[in-house]
Amino acid sequence: MSALLAAAPAVDTGDTAWMLAATALVLMMTPALGLFYAGLVRSKNTLNTFMMCVAALAVATISWATVGYSLAFSGGSGGFVGDFGYAFLNGVGFDPLEGQTIPHMLFFAFQGTFCIITAALVSGAVVERMKFGPFLIFIAVWSVAVYPVLAHWVFGGGWLQDGGTLDFAGGVPVEMGSGFSALAAALVVGARRDYGRQALLPHNAVFVLLGAGLLWFGWFGFNGGSGLGTGEASTLAFVNTLLCPACTLLVWFVLDLIRGRQVTAIGAATAIVVGCVGITPAGGFISPGWAMALGALAALPSYAVIAWRTRTRVDETLDVLAAHGIAGLTGILFIGFFAQADWNGISDGLVYGNAAQLGDQALAVLATPAYAFVATFVILKVLGAVMPLRGDAREESMGMDIVEHGEEAYLTGEGAILINVEEAERRAA
Amino acid sequence: MKLVIGIIRPERANDVLEALYRANVRGVSMSRVQGHGGELDRVETYRGTRVQMGLTDKVRFEIAVSEEFVQPTIDALCEGGRTGEVGDGKIFVLALDQVVRIRTGDTDNAAVTPVGN
Repeated sequence: MSALLAAAPAVDTGDTAWMLAATALVLMMTPALGLFYAGLVRSKNTLNTFMMCVAALAVATISWATVGYSLAFSGGSGGFVGDFGYAFLNGVGFDPLEGQTIPHMLFFAFQGTFCIITAALVSGAVVERMKFGPFLIFIAVWSVAVYPVLAHWVFGGGWLQDGGTLDFAGGVPVEMGSGFSALAAALVVGARRDYGRQALLPHNAVFVLLGAGLLWFGWFGFNGGSGLGTGEASTLAFVNTLLCPACTLLVWFVLDLIRGRQVTAIGAATAIVVGCVGITPAGGFISPGWAMALGALAALPSYAVIAWRTRTRVDETLDVLAAHGIAGLTGILFIGFFAQADWNGISDGLVYGNAAQLGDQALAVLATPAYAFVATFVILKVLGAVMPLRGDAREESMGMDIVEHGEEAYLTGEGAILINVEEAERRAA
Repeated sequence: MKLVIGIIRPERANDVLEALYRANVRGVSMSRVQGHGGELDRVETYRGTRVQMGLTDKVRFEIAVSEEFVQPTIDALCEGGRTGEVGDGKIFVLALDQVVRIRTGDTDNAAVTPVGN
């Protein structure tokens, strides 16, 4: 009995202070993503695109608090999905979980911000045409049926984690989860009507750069917080979050120069995201030197997929697959080669004599895309059978801002006549 | 010589440009304008303030052409700009007194004929 008392986990104030801040940093990434995405679409869809991210703040938070967190983090080890042990925050209080030094409810909130941004990421595949109502229903279902399952696999003691797969901050649930779900969503919802016929260009590159910068800033909380404290793993991941994207950025410059003789701003913003995604799974497991190598390497497959995707009929509009799915996959596999027990205290990769780690990583790379793609495909097919997922041709050409929200992002105010509510209702009738 | 002014939907601008190109009409100016035709007003709400948007974004094409190109230009504007809904816009054809190409000093028909045709 005395041994049990001695082992009772205690809250560490330093760890808790950092995790409070890290949680807020990750939450900020969702509106930052909204800015990034809004800049990439046409001006008539600015608000709708941003609002899809805002919607995730509402819907995914509620699904996380009701059942999502429980499905991800309860239940025994080695399973496919958790149970309802923590549903409606039952038992989620101030006492830390076993092996942790932060309040359980803070852990819940930190993990919740991951579910939110992942749901928001998927919107990048369907912007400029999907209707807002069906999108809300989609992310409500998705944030219960897809994200928590994948999070359970690698964070909640599920079969991948149990089998030895390493994923520091969410290469499986967040990056591959969103990327391959996005591909399925783009295929089910279908291409924008003008896609491939007209040039559909980003309307504000400054938003894109600012959004990418804010995402990188928030990512220090995302990766740096995934050690759940201020220990070595968190510090390593934090520093690697500085090093890795810098290398991706520079390599992207070179790729741009080779391909088009100019370094592009939207390419640079994309590179920042790709670099941050690449280091996400690997942050606390590889040395700073290998993190820089990963940054340089991660640019190549994502760059290639973006170049290839735009020549296809697949309107995966904002390249979530390339920037998140493929870069996350690269990072997960990279661990299998270059993880170093000297740095992470857990496991070596193939290069350091442990080939089995690569096998564990490869398993995640096969299972995650399959589950994310199939589950998302089914959810949207079923939803699409019940209600139309997208606006008609006229609505799409008017832009989703006016159609869905009755607002415009860039308003001159000329010709706007103040009316009272009764008159508006009479007009609508 | 005529000046053809076409006021059309912004979302049809690319289709109109395409149709003009196919009709070999190459000298074009376009500007963004706001206007009001017969279309229904939109009601928008900003923080509880409801407003009726009386003006709609339109694109205005100005195309100076020689007589033989007047009808092809009008046809291209109609073909590219038409959706069949109220608000597709209007075409105005005006007589032109004089045209001068600044670079060469060419006047009138020579000035509205693109170089290289």
